[in-house]
Amino acid sequence: MVPEAEFTSYYGRPVVKPAPWGDDVAIYLFLGGVAAGSALLGLGGQLTGRPTLRRNARLGALAAVSAGAVALVKDLGRPERFLHMLRTFKVTSPMSVGSWILSAFSAGAGVAAVAEIDRMTGSRLPLGPLRKVLQAVEGPAGVEAAVFAGPLAAYTAVLLGDTATPTWNAAHEELPFVFVSSACLASAGLAMVTTPVRETGPARKLAVLGVLGDVAAMKVMEYRMDPIAAEPLHQGKAGAMLKWSERLAVAGGLGTLLGGRNRVVAAASGVALLAASALTRFGVFEAGLASARDPRYTIEPQKNRLAARRAAGVTDDAITTGS
Amino acid sequence: MGQLSGPTDPTADAHWEHNHPRKGFFTDTSICIGCKACEVACKEWNHNPQDGNLELLGSSYDNTGSLGASTWRHVAFIEQGQERIAEARESGRALVSLGMPRIGPPAAPDLAEADTTPPDTADFRWLMSSDVCKHCTHAGCLDVCPTGALFRTEFGTVVVQDDVCNGCGTCVAGCPFGVIERRSNGTIKVATSREDQHDNHPAVPNVGIAQKCTLCYDRLVDDQTPACAKACPTTSIKFGDHDDMVETARERVANLHAQGMTEARLYGANENDGVGGIGSVFLLLDEPEVYGLPPDPRVPTADLPRMYQRAGLAVAGMAAAAALAFLGGRA
Ligand code: SF4
Ligand code: SF4
Ligand code: SF4
Repeated sequence: MVPEAEFTSYYGRPVVKPAPWGDDVAIYLFLGGVAAGSALLGLGGQLTGRPTLRRNARLGALAAVSAGAVALVKDLGRPERFLHMLRTFKVTSPMSVGSWILSAFSAGAGVAAVAEIDRMTGSRLPLGPLRKVLQAVEGPAGVEAAVFAGPLAAYTAVLLGDTATPTWNAAHEELPFVFVSSACLASAGLAMVTTPVRETGPARKLAVLGVLGDVAAMKVMEYRMDPIAAEPLHQGKAGAMLKWSERLAVAGGLGTLLGGRNRVVAAASGVALLAASALTRFGVFEAGLASARDPRYTIEPQKNRLAARRAAGVTDDAITTGS
Repeated sequence: MGQLSGPTDPTADAHWEHNHPRKGFFTDTSICIGCKACEVACKEWNHNPQDGNLELLGSSYDNTGSLGASTWRHVAFIEQGQERIAEARESGRALVSLGMPRIGPPAAPDLAEADTTPPDTADFRWLMSSDVCKHCTHAGCLDVCPTGALFRTEFGTVVVQDDVCNGCGTCVAGCPFGVIERRSNGTIKVATSREDQHDNHPAVPNVGIAQKCTLCYDRLVDDQTPACAKACPTTSIKFGDHDDMVETARERVANLHAQGMTEARLYGANENDGVGGIGSVFLLLDEPEVYGLPPDPRVPTADLPRMYQRAGLAVAGMAAAAALAFLGGRA
């Protein structure tokens, strides 16, 4: 057995502080992904003449992004100041970049979805002359939302990676791939739940691609990460959630592949995929918070990398110096 | 936007057009007596509310716990026996022998010549260290703040603007030193064994807003010394121009080495480190993690260009997957 590496801390107290974020933020990570993928499916439906898929995906995108934004605002220390997010644009702040992405996405997704609602209610929304404008911009709005869909799905990975939270930071290379894959499979799952199988062919393909990407990216991520910083991904609540997330993703993917043309199987697979995505987000989120609470995950990887640099002859970049 | 990593002048990086020298601290823990005058002075000057419920934490004389939203100076107490003292002396000696490349005098003393018979290796020692925000050259908190509430002052320090912060909490995760924190309303920690002390206290200001040491910005603009440094009776906390602080720190550590105290080492005086050096330099008598400090902090934003690149690739992958799903024939 390898002896426990020697490691000292200050009374076992954390070195870094965990982000003061509650479950709302994990919910947002999930819903943002659902919205992003739905906008892409909406555009696909729009361009390939699948009206039901287009309608349901657009409505799904707006519902998810609105609920996600509410969750995000609720989590602020001062929710009434949420507009301060847009008082500047800072490229060094993924939260700032993300706020702008979210706003741009919501604009397009909102217009496209309102157009659908107007159609569904038999042009009964009190729009007056604006109806003509709405009908004219509906298509471009769908395109605009789709343009910001990828960034919406990926920026949250940068938001987590760009922190001193050991597990998130160590995952920064692969986390964007995990998150966009998770967004694909979740939004495809939602489409399979809401839309008849005759129009969900592309959603099924996207679901399978998403599952493949999700499982592969997660494996590569765990393999390439600092092994100590990766531990929280396998332990406790986070570990259990991520294990189930993989199982559900694979089950949903297989269901889609083998029985996706059956309405019931498709819907059940869709639910499994949505659950898988939610568990991925909650699992990664929790693992990061756990890694910040335990000083071991900050101190050990840092000591190891410092020792490795010294062993390689780099002795001028340590924070602790003899002179 | 200035540099994301490496040596730089943070004030110039933030586009201040003047030549205020960068201000900073040198906290010499070898002469700290653990009186906590700094903690008290800071609380008083900044009207910081009570933290917790006056519990005893069972960590020597430290019943403060850690830096936080309402605790901007924190005195750490560590009790060590002979074995640990000898280890610290060894790890310090190893650091000196690494022979850090440095700029300007004084040169690292040649310890082979010096009388390094330990002065009197005690059976027991008490380490005391007053911790504070590092006012990093590359501050993770500031980089990731989306509202611009955190800013770089003309003194090269890092300060939160209470009226701008919306409490998003990003900075809390962005700080590699665990310094900044979002303030809760103080009633979350439920008192168990005594009456809730908060009943008798005035309402907590700035609830929901990120808070940390301002390096007494309000005092600096008036040419005053920060409250904690002013109150320190032993001059363990020294305040001044950053360059002078680093120089003083180097002289002091050389001095201690010459006396055989090879356990002495500097923390944060190297501008090549992962945060570009810090504004609050420390002299420590053991490894940083013993004091609750990270041994090799790195500002997360240093890797941000790479993260955006990876995210860009992922976005392209997502678009390709969607295109493939719709174009790749009828399923
Ligand atoms: S120590 Fe933390 S809070 Fe202080 S300036 Fe550096 S990153 Fe910001
Ligand atoms: S909590 Fe306040 S200071 Fe911290 S990142 Fe958010 S807006 Fe900026
Ligand atoms: S400089 Fe001022 S705000 Fe910072 S710790 Fe000292 S007294 Fe407190």
